[in-house]
Amino acid sequence: MGQIQLNQVTKSFGDVNVIPPLDLTIHEGEFTVFVGPSGCGKSTLLRLIAGLEDITSGQIDIDGQDATNLPPAKRGLAMVFQSYALYPHMSVRKNIAFPMKMAGMDEAEQTRRIDAAAKALNLTDYLDRRPGQLSGGQRQRVAIGRAIVREPSAFLFDEPLSNLDAALRVGMRLEISEMHKRLKTTMIYVTHDQVEAMTMADKIVVLQAGVIEQVGSPLELYREPRNKFVAGFIGSPKMNLIEGSEAAKHNAHTIGIRPEHLDVSTTEGQWQGTVGVAEHLGSDTFIHIHGIEGCDPLTVRAGGEVAVKHGDTVYLTPQMQHLHKFGADGLRIS
Amino acid sequence: MATQHSRSAARMMMAPAVILLLGWMLVPLIMTLYFSFKKYLPLRGGDLGWAGFDNYVRFVTSSAFWPSVQATLVIVGGTLLITVVFGVLLGILLNQPMWGQGVVRILVIAPFFVMPTVSALVWKNMFMDPVNGLFAHLWKFFGAQPVEWLSDASMFSIITIVSWQWLPFATLILLTAIQSLDGEQLEASEMDGAPVLKRFYYIILPHLSRAITIVILIETIFLLSIFAEIFVTTGGAFGSRTLTYLIFQRVLESQNVGLGSAGGVYAIILANIVAIFLMRIVGKNLDA
Repeated sequence: MGQIQLNQVTKSFGDVNVIPPLDLTIHEGEFTVFVGPSGCGKSTLLRLIAGLEDITSGQIDIDGQDATNLPPAKRGLAMVFQSYALYPHMSVRKNIAFPMKMAGMDEAEQTRRIDAAAKALNLTDYLDRRPGQLSGGQRQRVAIGRAIVREPSAFLFDEPLSNLDAALRVGMRLEISEMHKRLKTTMIYVTHDQVEAMTMADKIVVLQAGVIEQVGSPLELYREPRNKFVAGFIGSPKMNLIEGSEAAKHNAHTIGIRPEHLDVSTTEGQWQGTVGVAEHLGSDTFIHIHGIEGCDPLTVRAGGEVAVKHGDTVYLTPQMQHLHKFGADGLRIS
Repeated sequence: MATQHSRSAARMMMAPAVILLLGWMLVPLIMTLYFSFKKYLPLRGGDLGWAGFDNYVRFVTSSAFWPSVQATLVIVGGTLLITVVFGVLLGILLNQPMWGQGVVRILVIAPFFVMPTVSALVWKNMFMDPVNGLFAHLWKFFGAQPVEWLSDASMFSIITIVSWQWLPFATLILLTAIQSLDGEQLEASEMDGAPVLKRFYYIILPHLSRAITIVILIETIFLLSIFAEIFVTTGGAFGSRTLTYLIFQRVLESQNVGLGSAGGVYAIILANIVAIFLMRIVGKNLDA
């Protein structure tokens, strides 16, 4: 259970075409992440799947059945919202019980599922509190608990971690990944954070302006970005894209080299530049280098103990096997 | 900022306003208490000395007293029920996106701007008049005998008029409360399988409880002292004499200031009983 298929789905708000015809298949049990810059239509796409927005044309199949005109509740999907959307006047227990109560499930089964979910999510001590008395991370867990108890065929997450602080975000990221491994249910996760996408996904869907730029596993996208947009979006720090005469030497309009695929030397190398800001993270150092034609500044990832100062001259050598070439249309040349 | 010096300066600055407000409240209150123990008949000898508790006893034992308390409570209760129920429904309706929303909202709020005396006159002469009123024409159009609203159904008529005046207030407060409801909560409940009526009952109504409490408290304060609508329409006849109106009659029509003042003290007590009652029932909504 949990295969979702979109056929030629489009969405317009008035005259504005948000999603041009789009095809996508999400397989059963897959952790799919929609990623893209804000306003790229990823949340809209999720809401189309959830049924909270009507599609303008096309067809959505869930588990092989046409769900295009089904109301949200009948699609068997559970959603976790960005604001958590907990019911403030109900206790945690009642919040989690709400979808089961609406489905008319018997009390004993409700209690069993609530207790199981509370145990799995470390909420047992908070069941009688109101959402207002919980921390951000706990509210997030309640929202997930409310989704789990329905035993849906797929989970939809709409930027669920964006309201949490950085440390908590890493923790919840692990918990959600852990949950996916345990439940093996289809999950669709929307985020603008490519780190979340890379770390959690089985399959990443990169979107820009409603168009799917590339679909693939995290490492596929990292190794072989289909175009300049995906190349620049996936990977942190961003890939260096160099245009002009350097690119022409490789018979390309643009060449791309990731910061981790550049060798730094203070004595010799292919390109020469001066050190701008060096960000020391301990394990790594990100050095911004100025003075290289076609890309300013160029980012390099070096070891943690590299001793370079602002204004030093350094030499860089790209690792040729990791060089990406793109044509004038932005597409990859292989 | 809260140094000893600035705090005492703040007290000095606030003192005139506080003293003025205190005097504003205390002088009439003390005068009412003073007159309530006097036998004071302005046109029949003036101040005729102390009366002890005679005025209080006479006011309560008068046959008009309990019916007037009842009439007051019926008008307050009826108006509250109508304005809250229709206020919630109108608020939801006005929250829907529609063409001309701004104009419609202003039109809905308009009755609140009409003076009570004027609106009572408009209702009395243009709607409820048994000969020329709109309702009379409507009844005749369907071949029915026109209803003499203000004499045959006086309480219902007054409640209708007062509700018409106060509905905009309730609608306005409830509309803003509805607008503050998080849309994602409604979507979440939709995903959770709650149909429209259950969404209303489990999500919207609890969200509105605080606003409803405020509407009830504020309206009660004003409705307990309702006067103009009764004065203009029935003049206190046909069972529509409220406690306020009874006091007015004792003071001005019977020219008995002492008796009326004793009634005023009873009105204060009644208002406090109602207020305590309301605070216990609905006031807990304001704590959370």
